Amino acid sequence: MKETGHLIHKYLRSSKRFPHIWCPGCGIGIFVGALIRAIDELGYSKDDIVLVSGIGCSGRLPVYVDFNTLHTTHGRALTFATGIKLANPRLKVITVMGDGDAIAIGGNHLIHAARRNVEIATFILNNHIYGMTGGQCSPTTPSGLRTNSSPYGNLEPPFDICRLMEAAGAVFVGRSTVYHTRLLEQLIAKALQKKGFAITEVIFQCVTYSGRLLGLDSPVEMMKWQKENAIPVGKVGELEKGELEGKIVIGVMVDREAPTYHEEYERIVRERVKI
Amino acid sequence: MRKVTQKQVLLQGNEACVKGALMAGCRFFAGYPITPATEIMEIMAWELPKAGGVFIQMEDEIASLGAVIGASLAGAKSMAATSGPGFSLMQEHIGFACMAEVPCVIVDVMRAGPSTGLPTQPSQGDVMQSRWGTHGDHPIIVLAPSSVYEFLELTVQAFNLSERYRSPVIVLVDEVVAHMREGVVIPAKRDIAVEERPQPTVPPEWYIPYGDPGTGVPPMPPFGAGYRYHVTGLHHDVRGYPTTRKDEVEPLIRRLFSKISKDLDRLQWFDSFYTEDAVITVIAYGCVSRAALRAVKEARKKGLKVGLIKLKVIWPFMRRTITKVLENSQKVLVPEMNIGQLSREVKRVNQGRCEVVTLNKVDGTLITPQELLQKLEEINP
Repeated sequence: MKETGHLIHKYLRSSKRFPHIWCPGCGIGIFVGALIRAIDELGYSKDDIVLVSGIGCSGRLPVYVDFNTLHTTHGRALTFATGIKLANPRLKVITVMGDGDAIAIGGNHLIHAARRNVEIATFILNNHIYGMTGGQCSPTTPSGLRTNSSPYGNLEPPFDICRLMEAAGAVFVGRSTVYHTRLLEQLIAKALQKKGFAITEVIFQCVTYSGRLLGLDSPVEMMKWQKENAIPVGKVGELEKGELEGKIVIGVMVDREAPTYHEEYERIVRERVKI
Repeated sequence: MRKVTQKQVLLQGNEACVKGALMAGCRFFAGYPITPATEIMEIMAWELPKAGGVFIQMEDEIASLGAVIGASLAGAKSMAATSGPGFSLMQEHIGFACMAEVPCVIVDVMRAGPSTGLPTQPSQGDVMQSRWGTHGDHPIIVLAPSSVYEFLELTVQAFNLSERYRSPVIVLVDEVVAHMREGVVIPAKRDIAVEERPQPTVPPEWYIPYGDPGTGVPPMPPFGAGYRYHVTGLHHDVRGYPTTRKDEVEPLIRRLFSKISKDLDRLQWFDSFYTEDAVITVIAYGCVSRAALRAVKEARKKGLKVGLIKLKVIWPFMRRTITKVLENSQKVLVPEMNIGQLSREVKRVNQGRCEVVTLNKVDGTLITPQELLQKLEEINP
């Protein structure tokens, strides 16, 4: 394994007052590590990266890393990211959001960003719960789960983020857990290089809330759960109907080509606008 | 009245707004269709690509202002335009722009509310919303044009002020001014002063993104220029990092207010008519000020000593100017196409100096010169 310890000093802000805000055992840190390693591997300049987030535990991510960073409003990170990318297409725009952030309050922005195909590498950090506000059910919480806003059990079925994004037109759709770190890093690298709207769902553990509510009491148990329930997308065909229930399909679901919004904009200006 | 010359062109208010925006250097517009502001978006869709800018129609007004703020952070002068219901949706991001100090211009073409209201009869019902629509203590600048030319002129000024103070600036215009067509002499580019946001003069490693350089307005490089900094809607310290320390929280809010309030003398924008010897002074803005001028002229013919102050800046409230008016008049008449919004502010500043009379109309029609004249005769001492 490659030595990557020095990346801490290269990519984490020395001027930021640590410790960070996340609970012990939280999986966001694993994602941060994978993101930094992928960015370093691809050789982007820190000056060219804009990292945008929404609100929630994931929303606090950008403040720790040494890029152009923007912590926006709840659910609306992609709208800001769209403006940034279109005003300066040279910038590498990355967005991180949580599940409630991206799917509930930001659901409208998410599907339209996917349809529009503005080149934004988007990561939805899915812990199946509202963590920062104290364990309320989100649109990805399993049906029946008792949470602090569904004390008698969650009445709603969860969203499948990847299928939603595929239908909305995202040119790249992938999913990994933070247990599958190597896969996660590969998906991040692919998403960053993808021309167009690339979405990666990252399943991670919230030990404080979803872990306790699911009866998984430690980060180790939660990551074991990720390991045991993950099914590579290539193996889905081998399974009987019903065997996918409660499983996490991981890997690349969609990888297709489509012209990006700003490329089309430039083309139309070139071809049709009389200056 | 402006003299008719060869160069005069017939323009709609919304059209004039776009011309002003482009002259001021607007290069990004994000919008969502809503009457009576839609023409601004439609004309921007035609004109911005020609000017090397970007136009995008977003999925709603929340997204529009989000994209505008993002584009502004990337260095483009940016703008959105809407009407009441869309203006309500934009409030969340107006607050963000105030807190993160991101320059942007928002045009609100007022139509009668609340809610979907009276699409699309004129109104001046958004005066208080433009001031306090977003949550929390925040400063704001709101300009109110009353003619097609002024819509152009004040849109330019809105960009200048938003860049100078790193603040959202709202152009609050009524449906009448937005849809009216008038002959306008478009000013030459060299006659328009255009301001840019302050830029850092230090290398990136010395740059303090939210420090006060003495002017109250920190320099703002665009994303991608080598100054990597953090922008957030949370309370933040001078580096832009979230904080809950009371010795950092309050100074931030105080600075946000003082960066604008220290310049209040520069923001007393108004026109006055026949005010020297006026016993009654009318204080009006937007299309109502047009009817008021006519009424004042008619009243003068009848021997009434009346005058008019037409406000171009609504917020921050021109306390200094209005106080003088209140001291020099026996009565002040504040006519508004709402239930009484700016008149509350006039009464607050008045503190018993003179009698403040209101004339309010909320039936979706204009206040006519006849109605104003009648009121002036009625209250004439």
